[in-house]
Amino acid sequence: MNLLLKFWSSSIGKKWLVALTGLALLGFVVAHLVGNLQMFAGASKINAYAEFLHQNEKPLWIARIGLIACFVLHIVATLTLVKMNRAARPQSYALNRHVQAKISTRTMAFSGLTVLSFVVFHLLHYTLRVTDPRFRTVEEKGELQNVFDVYHMVVLGFQNPLISAFYIFSVGLLALHLSHGVSSVFQTFGLESKRSAQWMPTAGKILSALIFAGYASIPTAVLMGVLK
Amino acid sequence: MNLHLKVWRQRNSETKGRLVDYEARNIPEDCSFLEMLDLVNQDLLSRGDEPIAFDHDCREGICGMCSLTINGVPHGPSETTTCQLYMRKFKDGETIYIEPFRAGAFPLLRDLAVNRSAFDRIQQAGGFVSAHVGAAQDGNAILVPKTDADRAMEAAACIGCGACVAACPNASAMLFVGAKVTHLASLPQGQPERERRVLAMVKRMDEEGFGNCSNYLECEAVCPAEIPATVIGQLNRDYSVALVKDTL
Repeated sequence: MNLLLKFWSSSIGKKWLVALTGLALLGFVVAHLVGNLQMFAGASKINAYAEFLHQNEKPLWIARIGLIACFVLHIVATLTLVKMNRAARPQSYALNRHVQAKISTRTMAFSGLTVLSFVVFHLLHYTLRVTDPRFRTVEEKGELQNVFDVYHMVVLGFQNPLISAFYIFSVGLLALHLSHGVSSVFQTFGLESKRSAQWMPTAGKILSALIFAGYASIPTAVLMGVLK
Repeated sequence: MNLHLKVWRQRNSETKGRLVDYEARNIPEDCSFLEMLDLVNQDLLSRGDEPIAFDHDCREGICGMCSLTINGVPHGPSETTTCQLYMRKFKDGETIYIEPFRAGAFPLLRDLAVNRSAFDRIQQAGGFVSAHVGAAQDGNAILVPKTDADRAMEAAACIGCGACVAACPNASAMLFVGAKVTHLASLPQGQPERERRVLAMVKRMDEEGFGNCSNYLECEAVCPAEIPATVIGQLNRDYSVALVKDTL
């Protein structure tokens, strides 16, 4: 506890908390993607996976509470740092030029906040199922068969091109956010060296490109009629 | 060559400043940026106007005294300091924005001159070896591997000009502090106080009101001493190890 407080009270310590919680959230992003990609293995496969998750309520809720805690800590620590950073330059430049700052770095706040609003919508959409009344009937039908018909819920959801477009846009921004985040984690943990500085940004880019391709493939497949 | 200048003029930290337009006429191409400002000041003095205040000292690129954010970039388009920037880098008739190094921790004194003594206070918090070591020893009395010596030398090249802070969108001083910490942490003489040093310097850095590193890497791009941003990684590593050891 004392250590956590000490980390919180220093600038570098706060960056550690952002990095650690970011890593935990990245772990979820990867695990969630692996789960989602079962869409391509057919309705019975992903529905069985959903059923498996719902049967293990206790560990599921532990994971959910842990994720929410990481999410909140990640955002609160970042906002505290941003506030300090703004205060550090009270008078801005009349003319400001960037020499080598990357677009992913400069848009971290925008990409982060858009992903946050996306996550809220995504939870209302597919987890709490309050935005689309059809999903509840799917569930009722599912309950009759004692399974969650996740497959058809996802297909119905993504057949709306607006929802698919917002989804793809958001995972695109998530990928942009991660391409900066992944390489920054190494720097914050002090694992960066001359050699690793060469490949870390590339590793971040490749990982985020894979994550984007994986997530975007599902609504794209639904819109193209591959998944129906 | 003739140039349009937009120069930040501000009487002191209490008053509001603004960009003022000046025409710099008949400037030789081979004159340095500071000499160009000297010529503009001569002109202002001859007309009875207040000259533009700016920091300068050695004019050889080694003291770290000169500053200026030129067209939005600290030290301008030079690979070194402003004093080593020559007017041939600019086009005839170009408009040049000249602003001070901007950071809350570098309070403005007058026009383009800012007070960078926050850096001195960070150094005084621990950026030195406190033991009196006496006269210089024989060259090989303390063995230092070549790679360590190179790393220490690379970091020790920091002249403390503050361009890293001026370039960072967060006005962070972590390249400077990283350089000072890496320099001593790479050498045997720096080891006994290594942990105490990094904790004290970061504490002072936070107290001075500098921002935090977001890995924009603008600092490394403008650094006249070419300090690499990997020193910030070293700073983060040393700091977190020291903080954990200090707490447990």
